[in-house]
Amino acid sequence: MVALDTQSHRSRPRVAFRLEGWAVFALAIALLVLAPVLAVVHPLITADKALWQHLVDTVLARYLVNTLVLMLGVGFFTFVLGVAAAWLVTMCRFPGVRLFEWALLLPLAMPAYVVAYAYTGLLDFAGPVQSFLRTALDLRPGSYGFPSIRNTPGAVAVLSLVLYPYVYLTSRASFLDQSVCVLEVSRTLGRTGWGSFTQVALPLARPAIIGGLALALMETLNEFGAVQFFGVDTFSTGIFRAWFGFGDYRAAAQLAAAMMLVVAILLLIERFSRGKGRIEHSSRRYSRLKPYVLSGGAAAAAALFCAALVGLGFLIPALTLLGGALEHLEALGQAEFYYDVWHSVSLAALAACVAVLIALGIAYAERLQPSPPVRAAARTAGLGYAIPGAVLAVGILLPLTALDHGIDALARLSFGVSTGLLLTGSAAALLGAYTIRFLAVALNTVEAGMARITPSMESAARTLGAPPSRTLRLVHAPMMAGSLFTAAILVFVDVMKELPATYIMRPFDYDTLAVRAYQYAADERLSQAALPSLAIVVFALAPVLLLSRAIARSRPGSTSDVVAGIAPRLEAA
Amino acid sequence: MSDALVLHGISHAYDASLVVRDLALSAEPGELVCLVGPSGCGKTTSLRLVAGLERVQQGSIEIAGRRVADARLHVPPEERSVGLMFQDFALFPHLSVLDNVAFGLRGQSASNRAGTAQAMLQQVGMADFAEAFPHMLSGGQQQRVALARALAPQPKIMLLDEPFSGLDTRLRQRVRDDALHVLKQTGTTTLLVTHDPEEAMFMADRIAMMDRGRIVQIGTPSEIYGQPASRFVAEFFSDLNAIAGVVRGGRVATPFGPVSAGDLPEAAQVEVLIRPEALRIDLNGGVDGRGIAARVVAARLLGRSSLVHLCLNLDPGHSHAGPLAENQHEHWHARVPGRFLPPEESLVRVELDTTQSFVFPAEAPK
Repeated sequence: MVALDTQSHRSRPRVAFRLEGWAVFALAIALLVLAPVLAVVHPLITADKALWQHLVDTVLARYLVNTLVLMLGVGFFTFVLGVAAAWLVTMCRFPGVRLFEWALLLPLAMPAYVVAYAYTGLLDFAGPVQSFLRTALDLRPGSYGFPSIRNTPGAVAVLSLVLYPYVYLTSRASFLDQSVCVLEVSRTLGRTGWGSFTQVALPLARPAIIGGLALALMETLNEFGAVQFFGVDTFSTGIFRAWFGFGDYRAAAQLAAAMMLVVAILLLIERFSRGKGRIEHSSRRYSRLKPYVLSGGAAAAAALFCAALVGLGFLIPALTLLGGALEHLEALGQAEFYYDVWHSVSLAALAACVAVLIALGIAYAERLQPSPPVRAAARTAGLGYAIPGAVLAVGILLPLTALDHGIDALARLSFGVSTGLLLTGSAAALLGAYTIRFLAVALNTVEAGMARITPSMESAARTLGAPPSRTLRLVHAPMMAGSLFTAAILVFVDVMKELPATYIMRPFDYDTLAVRAYQYAADERLSQAALPSLAIVVFALAPVLLLSRAIARSRPGSTSDVVAGIAPRLEAA
Repeated sequence: MSDALVLHGISHAYDASLVVRDLALSAEPGELVCLVGPSGCGKTTSLRLVAGLERVQQGSIEIAGRRVADARLHVPPEERSVGLMFQDFALFPHLSVLDNVAFGLRGQSASNRAGTAQAMLQQVGMADFAEAFPHMLSGGQQQRVALARALAPQPKIMLLDEPFSGLDTRLRQRVRDDALHVLKQTGTTTLLVTHDPEEAMFMADRIAMMDRGRIVQIGTPSEIYGQPASRFVAEFFSDLNAIAGVVRGGRVATPFGPVSAGDLPEAAQVEVLIRPEALRIDLNGGVDGRGIAARVVAARLLGRSSLVHLCLNLDPGHSHAGPLAENQHEHWHARVPGRFLPPEESLVRVELDTTQSFVFPAEAPK
């Protein structure tokens, strides 16, 4: 072996900040991401004591309690389901384990509101389950009680079923990493399997599990469609009602500010409980621990548990949607459906391109100048993921409306012409919202891809006469085409599924698949909501399949771009 | 003619640690200068400073008479006209060999660029691989393409960072021979960084020896090897026989007789360092021949030369008693060209070539 003189590369030197093009770009994007948050926590809005008092007197307590109950419930169930599933598939062998390893991810393709519609349709009075029971048991309508799912426990169940994969994904990766390092030692020191799990594996996986939980909880906070449909009043639905129901923009903004407080606390808890959190494994040998081979009842129970998760979280709702869609095949003959598809796809594709380009620029800025301000800017740019869609919509629309009124007033004063509202309700504003919210997804994927290009590539290109922009275009971009594509797909699908920001911000009479499904469901026309819902799921399956392929091939110790993209780092600036 | 490269008063720190201290270096046009030293001595940092991949914190750099960097000025690497070659070659994996070489050629028509690139490939003997992609090439072939790519834009100075250490020993020797010829043919001024003393001697017109961020000696390979400025320099280029001594009357006593202590002061504690090839062995010396008597402990053929382990203490049974450290005066290495394998335990006579022994002040124990 030759000793390598690579110290200067390894010890990331603290680079001094210089105000250059790429750094300015990263800082500008970071400001852009922060702008909507600043807009809703602006003192003009938060300082109105009378309005606060009114909110406190009327709705705030209910929103807060409902939101917290929802988060506690979803937190508990996603933790138990996700960690248990991850432990079973990494440490045990039972029939179907290779299949479950990736199939457990399928619920990721299901937006929570879609699952909510599906189960409601399945379990309500006219649905197949009750109809079957009535026929089979010869019951008369009204003579029996059947539990409703349109309440808080129902919302917790639905959200847990689609969000547990976040915890599953992160804890599985952590269990795989630690297997040989310590678990073998723990067992040779006389711990049983359960003892090893609770005393060694679980504490070691804590940072990863908390990361996954934080993601699941942010999705819970963001969720609008499902909780609205189930009649659970949370911050999201409250903002929505204030905005549309009462046209009270200031109340909507104050609720948004309160919601950002919950987000900030969540981020702080996440960061705090990770603590010095980066557990470095002392051993770099990756050979998998010999798994426990389950047999008989234990094997059946494990397989049943995993099958139940996949079935309840994906198969049953998907089949229900399919049934509903088949009932309304005539919708396929109507232009409306294709307009919806076109709107969804074009918005999602545009947002994906914009987000990936911006992410590429930021990742490259960070690479050219890893100075503290640029790194902080990159982390800030990734924070958009933590801003709930409803907050984002309010935070963007408020300043835009003010700007529009300003332009309109100016135009009337100077030219006597009313310009109307130029920016508010434009597709550009909506595109901006998508970009801010899903930039983190693109950024993490792109950063992971760029990290694999050795620094000597750009040194070579630079000394060969290519300035940074040319280097990025001719060397980095083609070399990381795969990562860029992955990032684009992830953003594309997230935009397709997005509901609250789309609903609030979309241009007049501009419907997408998500909006259409929501509107049908709001009119209690559940079987008609099935077709647009199913279309979303079909699109959303693409990245999940990509992800499961990556997982099937993944080796311990390596993180694929897809994993990096789905589980964005939640480091606060 | 002005120097092709001048570094003046360069100091560089990462965080709090100073990795380059007050470095001054120049290279004439067409000269090949080697920066050599152990890992972490600051040689790679110096190279990156010249390339423009690090910003100069203190001092200045001139390339072909033009100031490219000082504490305020930073000409970006793409405007410095430097060629850079790495240990990992850093060929662009998505471009063909020809496109790799043509990458740095700008401001010409496409056909001109292809022509120049092809001619460059010809020069390194890779013309037949123009359409191939880097992953299809062996290590040695990649190295040659990397060299062609760096040379194609006719850089004013060529920078090589451990360019051969990714190759196995045999291949390395051939590839660096080829590289030396191409560099000399094109008359390219070159700064090469290596931790391998043999490579430095093989490639360099002049060697700059670095230790903990400083240049401790600059000279031709033969000056550096024959007149090392310190124990550190002497030791870097070969293993040494060492004996402690004291200066008496301008000389130091050794088992081979006194050697000159130069201008070291009287009564100074010194070390006499003797290169293994400075010991001449006479097989037929008998008891009364020239030099002193020694016993052969072992002899090994190393290829181009043989290494003979000698014991100067003839007291029977003594050589195996006691730890080696106490017997340092008695266990010696002699290097002899070609095949030279006296039988073990045979008695020989050993003579010292005093031009290849050096006297330095003894280093304080660490």
